[in-house]
Amino acid sequence: MAADQINKILKAAEPVIFERGSQKRVGISLPDHGLENIDARAVIPEGYLRGEIKGFPELSEVDVVRHYTRLSQLNYGVDSGFYPLGSCTMKYNPKINETVARYAGFTNAHPYQPEELSQGNLELMFELQGLLAEISGLPHVTLQPAAGAHGEMTGMMMIRACHEKRGNARSKVLIPDTAHGTNPATSALCGYKVVPVKSNERGVIDPQDIERVMDEEVAAIMLTNPNTLGLFEENIIEIARIVHEKGGLIYCDGANMNALMGIAKPGKMGVDVLHLNLHKTFSTPHGGGGPGSGPVCVSAELAPYLPTPVVRKNNTTYSFDYNLPDSIGKVKGFYGNFGILVRAYAYILSMGDKGLERASRTAVIKANYIKERLKKYYDLPYDRPCMHECVLSDKTQASQGVKTLDIAKRLIDYGFHPPTIYFPLVVHGAIMIEPTETEPKRAIDEFCDAMIAIAKEAESLPDLLKEAPQNVRFRRLDEVKAAREPKLRWEK
Amino acid sequence: MRYIPGTDDDLKAMIDEAGTGSLDEILTQVPSAIRRESALDLPPALDELSLTRHMKRLSSKNAESDSTATFLGAGAYDHFIPAVVDQLILRSEFFTAYTPYQPEISQGTLQAIFEFQTYVCMLTGMDVANASMYDGASALAEAVLMARRIKRKANKIFISRAVHPEYRETVLTYTNDLDIEIVEMPYDAEGKTDIDWLKTNIDANTAAVAVQYPNFFGIIEDMDAISKITAPNETLFISATTEALALGLIRPPSEFGVDIAVSEGQSFGNPMGFGGPHLGLFATKSEHIRNMPGRLVGETTDLDGKRGYVLTLSTREQHIRREKATSNICSNQSLCALAFAIHISLLGKKGLWQMAETNLTLAEYTKKKISALEGFSIKFASATFNEFVIKTDKALKEINKKLLDSNIIGGLSLESFYPELAGCILFCVTEKTRKQDIDKLAEVLGGC
Repeated sequence: MAADQINKILKAAEPVIFERGSQKRVGISLPDHGLENIDARAVIPEGYLRGEIKGFPELSEVDVVRHYTRLSQLNYGVDSGFYPLGSCTMKYNPKINETVARYAGFTNAHPYQPEELSQGNLELMFELQGLLAEISGLPHVTLQPAAGAHGEMTGMMMIRACHEKRGNARSKVLIPDTAHGTNPATSALCGYKVVPVKSNERGVIDPQDIERVMDEEVAAIMLTNPNTLGLFEENIIEIARIVHEKGGLIYCDGANMNALMGIAKPGKMGVDVLHLNLHKTFSTPHGGGGPGSGPVCVSAELAPYLPTPVVRKNNTTYSFDYNLPDSIGKVKGFYGNFGILVRAYAYILSMGDKGLERASRTAVIKANYIKERLKKYYDLPYDRPCMHECVLSDKTQASQGVKTLDIAKRLIDYGFHPPTIYFPLVVHGAIMIEPTETEPKRAIDEFCDAMIAIAKEAESLPDLLKEAPQNVRFRRLDEVKAAREPKLRWEK
Repeated sequence: MRYIPGTDDDLKAMIDEAGTGSLDEILTQVPSAIRRESALDLPPALDELSLTRHMKRLSSKNAESDSTATFLGAGAYDHFIPAVVDQLILRSEFFTAYTPYQPEISQGTLQAIFEFQTYVCMLTGMDVANASMYDGASALAEAVLMARRIKRKANKIFISRAVHPEYRETVLTYTNDLDIEIVEMPYDAEGKTDIDWLKTNIDANTAAVAVQYPNFFGIIEDMDAISKITAPNETLFISATTEALALGLIRPPSEFGVDIAVSEGQSFGNPMGFGGPHLGLFATKSEHIRNMPGRLVGETTDLDGKRGYVLTLSTREQHIRREKATSNICSNQSLCALAFAIHISLLGKKGLWQMAETNLTLAEYTKKKISALEGFSIKFASATFNEFVIKTDKALKEINKKLLDSNIIGGLSLESFYPELAGCILFCVTEKTRKQDIDKLAEVLGGC
């Protein structure tokens, strides 16, 4: 087939699956059960049997395969190329983890099957709890939360339960201006008022500012370390001391743990509660937005409040322990996103101490390399060594009317997924770049070259950037229209 | 390390070329007092082959439903998943992408979610659906929070005791720190939510009434009767479903005036997987869109007028609204939603009906077989879909042991969730259950 022909196919529109028309086809075959099919009308009460579902497709297997294959071709993933989405840790997802996660004993196990028939799964969960405790430096772990934000909610509920037990739930939570939006949203869900804390001119929290706002109504401070500027909260020990002295607790958002593995343990910094994102630090696939997994690691004082159940080892067997009278309860059905736990466990076993430490060290060097190469062309608001990610801005390009969004869209034309943009909010027009350890130097150099070329285009051909992207099937999509006239489902 | 392409030379070159300073200099921002003192105490790194052996060993220590027939349901269902589903979700453009923040290069994920939202609307009959929640239990909890947001002046939520116990527990956890009072509605002798109780107790302070449809006992609730009580009282009606396949056969929640319909979606395209990852379906009426939690995909056009899709109405969400957001949720179960949509697409109109009908046929056969046995009877005389409760005076422990000897995992003993239902077992049958498994089950039970 000629290249033109292939390009034509790749650039063609893919109709919505419901527009394939009613073709009286079916894409599955069910086993013959050897019984006469029951008449549903004889079983289901009158008025409770549904009619035909209008608009439902009727397709053969090959129709379905072609449709979704086509859709996949309109997507860009880590396997497609460099994906430097800041704070999202888009590292390579090892293929072997997909293979082992599909072993029948993992996928075909019912959550309520007897514990003696689930010993492998319980062992895996118990072992993973231990591995995460060791990496985080916090001895007790729940694997139940389904995502980072879910872990935050679980952790903050435990903090509240702990204060209630001490006699006063307290009413406020301190949140730095560099925080992820989930932090304030989570605090509100746990019934707390948010007290914002400004970061200082070095991009980190100043202990003096904490001293000023810290009182006995503050339940906790929620911080991210390294923070979303990619900077280590260098005053963490002092901050922890101030907060602890007034009876507050330290919640650490572990979204950026990829900077710290084998370098420093949050448990040693005075952190009481930490959530980890297995889909970031521990290489489980992001899946187009999930499923993730957000285990929470806590100090001994918080252990009584863990969600039920936790996994225990009794000599040589493993079991679920539901007997936690002070537990916050359950945050979802069953035990967590078990399939994701399998992948993260396989990853940690493949890496070992040396591998994890090397991952973090490499990620840090690569982020600093990018920062140094690009700072001559882009504004770098905090010009100092960073950890695993760096944050630039569009300040230099703004004089040409070129904004961060234009730079991001132009990167698409160069074949890269853009970095995280307009976050953190403390940097106007932020461009947040996280390379991760799994990118070869060549890919990083190509990315830097593209960024530099774009900076030059911003001076000579600013309109080119404003019109980007032009090399892919879709040009910029109208988000205002989508919000103004919401069309959230297909209709004939 | 095979996943890290940077060699020592590469790293040195980067440090030298860009003048970043050495790693030690970079890391001076991490106070030395908290720096690593010794290696992490982790097992030595495994090569790929050793890893597969280790994982195989763990996996083989579990029962699995292809080798051992299971009659467990209760929120996780052993349905057959066509090979196409896994092959397609493994397309790395799907599974190694993240949230579609850059719509120009994420149209695959976005269109797939748009289609998923449409499927959820079709199944539930509702106007709008989001891009999915963590699971059915947390979706119900979010529905309760949403009902409270809509009904600003009412703070009581009634939840039927015939709702999955873990769903109820999750709701309690989510609402514990907020001004919401959860009240449990009893079930009656037929295993349905007690309508008389509801009639007597509903008042102006009742923000919402939540039932499961079909309920935890597999029973098709009297949705009409509930609706006739909630509607005149202007109380919101929430329905939760654990077995989404049932919605292929029974009337959708929308037709009973349900305001928020949630469901577990695992039955389509997703394995039981020891309890996760699964996905929560969340749908509501148009008028409530701006109170909805979670991600939404909407249709729009690009600069050339081409139809395309974007994340939309994000002013409800945490990254914009922060502490005033409708939820703290930041992601969805995207890949699970994709698997769901692919499976339903394969089934289509005819396959969905066939699959539901097969489940019903096998369940009715099982019900008849077991209830004919001496010492076993149907606990609740109500219509069910693919789950039902059997009452026996025989020792459950012994029954389950005998079943295991015949390579069968029996139903779920209800006593730990419902002390009043000692001696009751919840059975589930799917299209994977063979007639011979059912006959064997009846034979073993008959011998108990």
